[in-house]
Amino acid sequence: MSSLLSAPSALREDALRRLKREMWARAVKLGLRSWVGWRRGFTSKADPQRSGRVTAEVIEHLERLALVDFGSLEAVARLEKAIAFADRLRAVDTDGVEPMESVLEDRCLYLRSDNVVEGNCAEELLQNAHRVVEEYFVAPPGNISLPKQDEQEPFSHI
Amino acid sequence: MLGRTLREVSTALKQGHITPTELCQKCLSLIKKTKFLNAYITVSEEVALKQAEESEKRYKKGHSLGDLDGIPVAVKDNFSTSSIETTCASNMLKGYVPPYNATVVQKLLDKGAVLMGKTNLDEFAMGSGSTDGVFGPVKNPWSYSKQYREKRKQKAHGENEDSNWLITGGSSGGSAAAVAAFTCFAALGSDTGGSTRNPAAHCGVVGFKPSYGLVSRHGLIPLVNSMDVPGILTRCVDDAAIVLGMLAGHDPKDSTTIQDPVKPFTLPTSADVNKLCIGIPKEYLAPELSSEVRSFWSKAANLFESEGAKVIEVSLPHTSYSIVCYHVLCTSEVASNMARFDGLEYGHRCDINVSTEAMYAATRREGFNDVVRGRILSGNFFLLKENYENYFIKAQKVRRLIANDFVNVFNSGVDVLLTPTTLSEAVPYLEFIKEDNRTRSAQDDIFTQAVNMAGLPAVSVPVALSNQGLPIGLQFIGRAFCDQQLLKIAKWFEKQVQFPVIQLQELMDDCSSDFEIEKLSSVSLKQ
Repeated sequence: MSSLLSAPSALREDALRRLKREMWARAVKLGLRSWVGWRRGFTSKADPQRSGRVTAEVIEHLERLALVDFGSLEAVARLEKAIAFADRLRAVDTDGVEPMESVLEDRCLYLRSDNVVEGNCAEELLQNAHRVVEEYFVAPPGNISLPKQDEQEPFSHI
Repeated sequence: MLGRTLREVSTALKQGHITPTELCQKCLSLIKKTKFLNAYITVSEEVALKQAEESEKRYKKGHSLGDLDGIPVAVKDNFSTSSIETTCASNMLKGYVPPYNATVVQKLLDKGAVLMGKTNLDEFAMGSGSTDGVFGPVKNPWSYSKQYREKRKQKAHGENEDSNWLITGGSSGGSAAAVAAFTCFAALGSDTGGSTRNPAAHCGVVGFKPSYGLVSRHGLIPLVNSMDVPGILTRCVDDAAIVLGMLAGHDPKDSTTIQDPVKPFTLPTSADVNKLCIGIPKEYLAPELSSEVRSFWSKAANLFESEGAKVIEVSLPHTSYSIVCYHVLCTSEVASNMARFDGLEYGHRCDINVSTEAMYAATRREGFNDVVRGRILSGNFFLLKENYENYFIKAQKVRRLIANDFVNVFNSGVDVLLTPTTLSEAVPYLEFIKEDNRTRSAQDDIFTQAVNMAGLPAVSVPVALSNQGLPIGLQFIGRAFCDQQLLKIAKWFEKQVQFPVIQLQELMDDCSSDFEIEKLSSVSLKQ
């Protein structure tokens, strides 16, 4: 990756595009085909029974924010029902009412004194992680965002 | 012995009629026999026997730690338990072994309780049936009771005995089933929208939800930080009071616990009922309420009146919006709380390694079930910039209105509210799964979730059996931090209704000696 950073920008972009393609190829092999596949199905067939609040844009936005996918049309339908259910709140008159964050709002939150009383348990904590190197949790590179729907390659060549 | 109350067994232990190890072994053997209920995810046999041994040593020396010493208990699997797998019934945490004990678990262990195991639940405590965990659904012990089976024989002949088993309610169904089936004397549940009281009503046990801020949430894997509370499930109100006495109090590790001092208390048998004012919220008379529950509710109100209590109708005007408000706030907080599961530091991790986002997405897809994912997505929707004001802030405002409703009612002189806990008795699993999780939760939490939004204490007490031979419970709601008074009233009521003991025929035949009513010289229910 370090050589990628020092290459001229055009080459870098090309390499990034290749990397994204590889990523998607692998993701598909590992079974995320259905994730992308259902979304294609979604855009091509409009379900007349749905209210249309949850558009393709909203779906993509939510999936990106939540890093959790809908997975099926039913899940979208469930979200629409959930939104319709929540819309009932509009009927309540809340003029002049302050939002309530906690039932203990009239009390002071307890803060303990700033003294170290526990810790030094790195080894114990690292045991629960799948990938560690010495005292580090190992994460994949963080500067690559999930590709947008229109950047996906067609599946015919895979 | 297993059919006794906590207090009675504790006395028996102190007097040497039974040893902690014997008690532990009986419970372990019963757990094995009731494995088909699927109430336990993990049975911590070795740990339990070791704890029982240590308890025995203490009793021999005369240094018992108190009423809980040597008593078998179970803990819902969303409480962290050191060195014991904690899964929240999810693939995301399968194999996760916490390095620490939740404060409430630590308190139980410090008082000598013997941990039998971790009980089953809906995945991440999201649900009202205990049917949506990865380890399968929990079966209601009453499905196998003599009382239910006899009623069924009159209706269906030649039906496969096990095909139409009943749900326990949820999400603390495993804990409720464990207590109802006599495999432990007390169990911890969690209560966010009724998750302790709902299964308690369906399984015929006492389900107590303390005031928010009374019991520490440290170590309870959070669902909704502003509403979660550890719940207590026992076979009688007195036992719940004993456990509450051990658990309540400020915890420096949970800054949402109040700092007022809390002392353990003993509940008196009398409750000065003629000085009480009982409120009956009229909006809780829902059209979907079963006629049987309504009739028991009415009888209970009459019972209080006949003892001289003032029973009045009160109004909680925003009741019809409370389930909607709960839905928005719950999914929003869930969306935030579930963000911690990314596979990096603990829990499931997928094989994709090309980028953090792809890894997180795939991990979360593999780790969470549809229900959890659905709530995360709904929550994220309500928290979007364009929706924040109209949904999340609006719901917070409605929450204040709901909490104020309760404050107004209690300020008008009402001591305690009496309501149903559930719409009807437990339904068969095959019936329950016809609707999706969100619909069911919206239906089943109707009487219980407003209490969580206001942070009040509440308890579900089993009242009587329905025409089908299944338990029905009623709920008492108290003023904030008046848990002791609430339990006092519940205890009096429990004594009046004399709810029948479950008759688990097959189990009784095998271990009949455990259920014989032994005459112990100085043990008596009357104190």
